[in-house]
Amino acid sequence: MITARFLITRQNFTLDIDLNTPDKGITAIFGPSGCGKTTLLRAIAGLERCPNGFLRIGDNLWQDGKQFVPTHKRALGYVFQEASLFTHLNVRRNLEYGLKRIPKASRKISLDKAISLLDIGPLLERHPSQLSGGERQRVAIARALAVSPRLLLMDEPLSALDVVRKQEIMPYLESLHDELEIPVLYVSHSPDEVARLADHLVLLDAGQVSVVGPIVEMLTRMDLPLAHGNQAETLIQAKVAKHDENFKLTYLDFPGGRFTVAYKALPLGHSARLRIIARDVSLTLTHQTGTSILNIFPTTVDTLTLEGEAQMIVRLTAGGVPLLSRITRKSASLLDLHPGKLVYAQVKSVALLS
Amino acid sequence: MMFSDADLTALVLTLKLASLTTLILLLLGTPLAWWLAYSRWRYKFLVETVIALPLVLPPTVLGFYLLIMLGSHGPLSSLTQWFGGSTLAFTFSGLVIGSVFYSMPFVVQPLQNAFTTIGHRPLEVAATLRASPLDRFLTVAIPLARPGFLTASVLGFAHTIGEFGVVLMIGGNIPGETQVLSIAIYDHVEALEYTHAHWLSGSLLVLSFLMLMTLYAFNRRFSLV
Repeated sequence: MITARFLITRQNFTLDIDLNTPDKGITAIFGPSGCGKTTLLRAIAGLERCPNGFLRIGDNLWQDGKQFVPTHKRALGYVFQEASLFTHLNVRRNLEYGLKRIPKASRKISLDKAISLLDIGPLLERHPSQLSGGERQRVAIARALAVSPRLLLMDEPLSALDVVRKQEIMPYLESLHDELEIPVLYVSHSPDEVARLADHLVLLDAGQVSVVGPIVEMLTRMDLPLAHGNQAETLIQAKVAKHDENFKLTYLDFPGGRFTVAYKALPLGHSARLRIIARDVSLTLTHQTGTSILNIFPTTVDTLTLEGEAQMIVRLTAGGVPLLSRITRKSASLLDLHPGKLVYAQVKSVALLS
Repeated sequence: MMFSDADLTALVLTLKLASLTTLILLLLGTPLAWWLAYSRWRYKFLVETVIALPLVLPPTVLGFYLLIMLGSHGPLSSLTQWFGGSTLAFTFSGLVIGSVFYSMPFVVQPLQNAFTTIGHRPLEVAATLRASPLDRFLTVAIPLARPGFLTASVLGFAHTIGEFGVVLMIGGNIPGETQVLSIAIYDHVEALEYTHAHWLSGSLLVLSFLMLMTLYAFNRRFSLV
């Protein structure tokens, strides 16, 4: 577990954190700008001094009332918002900077592994000024990995990049998740990044942790902001069941049925994450035939929440798995939706995330 | 012969004084500039003011107070005399001490600017990569401040070479001990030896030009930060 307690008071801002989150997988720290995400991450790194704080990562006590382990003695990796490469060193020597400073025995991730994970082999002899923004950030991530951290801290690593560069880096972040067993705290204000990367979610609001939990649950909790608005979405954990060579499709099973998506070369039984935008889910009272939509599931209405004057978010369950649908209030009225009613959810589009 | 033996002695002495002063200033000025760049002490500006004083003070005023300090009854000379040494006024050591004060802003300010420009970020990055504070200073701050070090060295050196008023007050004009180039030129002019004065002044002009040119050329090349 990661246990953190901090009370930091700055001019017109207070960060009051009491956080417990698993030290496995990626935990996204999510919230609006100015809510204290970066300050929290800096306090965990020891870059922000916080008297009377408490911080323990697994068995490592980094801070309590009596002691404060300085940043350079904490087994962490930190990726800043801007790549912040050392401009007096080339890429290779940037990568080696941290590596040289850890004992051989604690080198769990080889330099070669870090280089190949981020695919920066061809850049090694270049100077930071000769790299694109995306390349620079990849080097910064590899540099943080090369110290074989016990915990990786990432402060909006994609926010300084344009959409194209973001798409360029995202697969590398996903592969870190799949290939390394380093817990990651990932600060972000982008729901898209959170949906794609996070296993756990810490919601920060005005300097306080409002809620912590597994991302899949958090997205469909109607008492949280994520389940509302135009961007409301559902993540479903499913397993690859079958490939259809003829139509080039892949089938994935989840407790509520079987999804059909465009073919992706994944081994059978592989666990994958599906993402469904609530807008793309429509509801029918009967099982439609003669439709082009392949993903249709019998579901039970769980709750109905009004969104503004014209829209509603309908929380459904399919085999116990929650699914959000965003429809108009008029449709809800015409279908006479109420909790417990059986409806068919037609999913117009599904994104296979990993 | 363009230079007399006395002129050559003065030239060598000047170069020796400037080198030694620059070296001492880099050693003292680096930690001082570092502290000025990163300290959050409220009254830091007082230290900055004192260091900047030689920029505005007439060198004779500075020289006068140094003379008081270094004279046989001054605190610094009392100290050296107590240790069995001699008075510092009118000695080469006294000149070095005077030059260190006189040229201090020319070394400390470029270094302070360089450290401020680097900012906290590269040092924080180094900390997250396991570098201890001293390690960060040596392997990140100093290399990144290289343009500042070049500027500080050249300005400190060149400014010390051009010193006149302070030297006149505390060093006098003892050939081989305290007679520097600028004083030698003054003597030649007083004695109406314009040819000698021309040669010495011309050499100083060329030397200063070359040093500054090197500075500007190199700092342009390295300014990819």
